[in-house]
Amino acid sequence: MGLTVIEKIIRNNVGREVKPGEIVTVNVDRVMIHDIFIPFVAAKFEEMGFQKLWDADKAVLIYDHLVPASQVDDTRHFKIGNEFVHKYGMKNIHRADGICHQLMTEAGYVKPGNIVFGTDSHTTTYGCVGAFSSGIGYTEMASILGTGTLWMKVPETIKVNITGTLPKNVMAKDIILRLIGDLGADGATYKALEFSGDTVGQMSVASRMSMSNMAVEAGAKCALFTPDDKTAEYCGITLTDKEKDLAGDSDAQYCRIINYKAEDFVPVMACPSNVDNIKPVSELEGTSIDQVFIGSCTNGRLEDLMAAAEILKGKKVAPFVKLIVTPASRKIYREAIENGTMAVLAQAGAIITHPGCGLCCGRTGGILTDGERVVATNNRNFLGRMGTSKVEIYLASPKSAAACAVAGKIVVP
Amino acid sequence: MGKIFKFHQDVDTDQIIASQYIIYPTIDEMKMHAFESLDADFASNVREGDYVVASENFGCGSSREQAPAVLKALGVKAVVAKSFARIFYRNAINIGLPVIVCKDLYDNVNAGDEMELFMKEGVVRTGGREFECTKLPEYMQGILDQGGLIASLNK
Repeated sequence: MGLTVIEKIIRNNVGREVKPGEIVTVNVDRVMIHDIFIPFVAAKFEEMGFQKLWDADKAVLIYDHLVPASQVDDTRHFKIGNEFVHKYGMKNIHRADGICHQLMTEAGYVKPGNIVFGTDSHTTTYGCVGAFSSGIGYTEMASILGTGTLWMKVPETIKVNITGTLPKNVMAKDIILRLIGDLGADGATYKALEFSGDTVGQMSVASRMSMSNMAVEAGAKCALFTPDDKTAEYCGITLTDKEKDLAGDSDAQYCRIINYKAEDFVPVMACPSNVDNIKPVSELEGTSIDQVFIGSCTNGRLEDLMAAAEILKGKKVAPFVKLIVTPASRKIYREAIENGTMAVLAQAGAIITHPGCGLCCGRTGGILTDGERVVATNNRNFLGRMGTSKVEIYLASPKSAAACAVAGKIVVP
Repeated sequence: MGKIFKFHQDVDTDQIIASQYIIYPTIDEMKMHAFESLDADFASNVREGDYVVASENFGCGSSREQAPAVLKALGVKAVVAKSFARIFYRNAINIGLPVIVCKDLYDNVNAGDEMELFMKEGVVRTGGREFECTKLPEYMQGILDQGGLIASLNK
């Protein structure tokens, strides 16, 4: 019988065939810890009595949620993190380079077929290069740092097949939002998502990232794309036969198969305050807005900023609307300066901030208050996510967001 | 017996404990803000041995372990829901907060009702009725029995 991608990744890791539902102990290839949780990971690690890291090379610490510090207390996290790095000889630390999920693949920490865990729910992102990656809590992270292993249940797989050419005003973000709407916020809980079809093949790794990033909003454990030439180029590697084989077999067992025609997609938004409350932008047209946010680990990449710039070129952000642009990493920030994207955005009236999590986690850079409405390219529209619990958050693609910034209200890009 | 505190579907971890509180140094400093946006009086009204009963997808959203941790610190004996988001579920077991799936309980009880959960039997008793739960896989029940992941590792 054939295998799904996740079944192959786990088989390669544990050295035997596995079936959905089985509980297995996997050897972890890489872990990511971010600034918010490092104090708790450090405390639990010592409470567990470990003396050293299982493999200092395999652990990555990234400061992103609190960079630069917006409150005095934030600095405590950097102090504890730096002490942990020094004490246990960690080598991989990023103090101001960008968002963790961008850096993990951008800086080459994750390769196809790897098994990776992170202290953040959006760790599912690394499925964009065909790695199994998922979020865990700080106690389990401390346990991996000491043992290098973690138990997991082999998940069932939902296959999502997309064929054809997307309409020009539709982005990968619209696809994943539509899928979350169709599945529901718990429609993929405990399950792996596996993407296939020629539409997916044509997509950049950056676009695939937007989709794997948000898979957790449907409850998914992971979201996998088969490594291809684009993956190889992005990771700077030549794919091995084992890596090329990370595709679902034709006789693999799926718990559900969903087929989409790319031509059927339209720009959509996730409306307040559930990620699965999806509506076509055309039904929301005319809704007034106060702010637009383009950034985050979902949509803060160069192609996202360029897509926004194309719409904003020669235009101005509507009066009374604040457009906040936050690149996902320093590398993206630099590239966007070099290719002129930043100049276009600045001329249009955008507020451009330092790379990081910023507004997406509601800590800094444009927090909103009661009664305000924001169109945002990040991944969650939960109550209180970007300010007070009376802020309305509409999640959208960078194209939709840019068009709304110019119009001062919700419009179809 | 413990009192039931009832919550709807898709309660996310931001609602259990909001982002601005999770950087407080200790769980004790955070716990009084549990469920603040849904029920501002929850933390002062809940007593040791009370239960949280919820509909589908309880604990969706972020990976913050502070979410189950504040509930445990407030004395919540267990969370019984129609379904859980996976990270919350793992975190709860790892810190020794019992969580169990019960499809029928939510629709048949009211906030303030008294109930008792018999975790190992997978049964809830309330108002003279019995509701069957989905028992935990042996591996997870084992971690819970030992008081969580740290206790099980130190054993």
